[in-house]
Amino acid sequence: MTRISLTLNGQARTVSIEPHHTLLEVLRDDLGLTGAKECCLVGECGACTVRLNDRIVDSCLVLAAEADGGEVLSVEGLAQGGRLTRLQSAFLEKGAVQCGFCIPGQLMAGDDLLRREPHPSHAEIEEGLAGNYCRCGCYYQIFEAVEAAAEGQAIVRRVAVTQGPDLPPHVVDQ
Amino acid sequence: MRAFSYERPTALAEAVELLSRYGEDARLLAGGTDLIIRLRDRTLEPATVVDIKAIPELAPSITEADGFVRITAGTTMTDVHDSPVIQRWFPALAEAARYVGSVQIRNRATLAGNQCNASPAADTAPPLLVYGARLEIAGPSGRRKLDLDDFFVRSGVTRLERGELVTAITLPLPMAKVGSAFQRRTRRRGHDLASVTLAVAVAESGETRLAYGSLGPRPLLFTGQAGDVESWFAAAAPSPTSMRAGPDYRIAMLRALTARALAQARERLAAT
Repeated sequence: MTRISLTLNGQARTVSIEPHHTLLEVLRDDLGLTGAKECCLVGECGACTVRLNDRIVDSCLVLAAEADGGEVLSVEGLAQGGRLTRLQSAFLEKGAVQCGFCIPGQLMAGDDLLRREPHPSHAEIEEGLAGNYCRCGCYYQIFEAVEAAAEGQAIVRRVAVTQGPDLPPHVVDQ
Repeated sequence: MRAFSYERPTALAEAVELLSRYGEDARLLAGGTDLIIRLRDRTLEPATVVDIKAIPELAPSITEADGFVRITAGTTMTDVHDSPVIQRWFPALAEAARYVGSVQIRNRATLAGNQCNASPAADTAPPLLVYGARLEIAGPSGRRKLDLDDFFVRSGVTRLERGELVTAITLPLPMAKVGSAFQRRTRRRGHDLASVTLAVAVAESGETRLAYGSLGPRPLLFTGQAGDVESWFAAAAPSPTSMRAGPDYRIAMLRALTARALAQARERLAAT
């Protein structure tokens, strides 16, 4: 066992880890953040995507030890102050979520794309999300959501994060 | 994955010492996008993993000096394709780096690691070969330089000796006008390994260079004149059993993509 310190979703954390455990395993099993999903384990599906030191990575291909001293943002850290981000709201509004398994990764990749390119073209969205698979085949709606969330688009209604059975509120596509 | 010890040296000499001491029992970790897959499927079971990302000398950097561009071992594919220096002087390399994996993979995978992994399908190998890349290598008996073309042996095997690691890749700045281009063929758009991957460079003098990968045990480089290109296809020896593409298809695509890349390279030459 060895100890690592990192900033996780804005909070300083110290955790004991095994050197052969991945960042994904430590996030899910040791830190209780199950947003990032374990799926292909070879860096193809993107379900485990998190941001590490300002860049998105497949957390199944990063050792937890490599994140020592780093800054990690997982999907749990996207919403701020009880409000979903524009992108998260757009996913709900556009019906981009079916089974939901890939969505944390899709959100992290979409968020990263919009940080780099506030007005992405369709080709840029394709490229930005090429590392994230959706077995439900919701690509069209996911692309629509990213387009809707792009800077300057007014069509996204911000959805509040609430507690209890009415989460998330149902939003009818316009 | 089997348990291993994790070392994060902060000096190059320390990394060389660890790699020398453990030999085959040590694995070097840069981006990890190939290594961690092989640790998990237990193709590799090293006693120790040596992470080189805390060595200041290897930190991501692309610098232009004395007629060369130098790319350190920690430099990622994202760094390479975002670099104005690479885009300006080595466009086929910028293009190839942009096609490796996905955003997530390019943010971790390093250019040097792509060479050291020695996959015959490595997309960045053909442009580096065409541009005359050399490797800077550090090891227990000091430092040496090696042409990338002399580095590849076969799939997964390079000329690195025990205790050695690649510290940087250098590319000579072109001395005369040159046009270059990159082309690849994959089964689907987006994230996939190449069935054919190649780069070409043409100079005003007519000097032509072609390098291709995914067509045999290692990427191959050819240099000559435009009229020689046809003869270079004969060296292609694609795997007859690969699930990615059959040999006939690969050879047909090699011809088609080479023609396309040459046309694009000539256009670029004319535009410089």
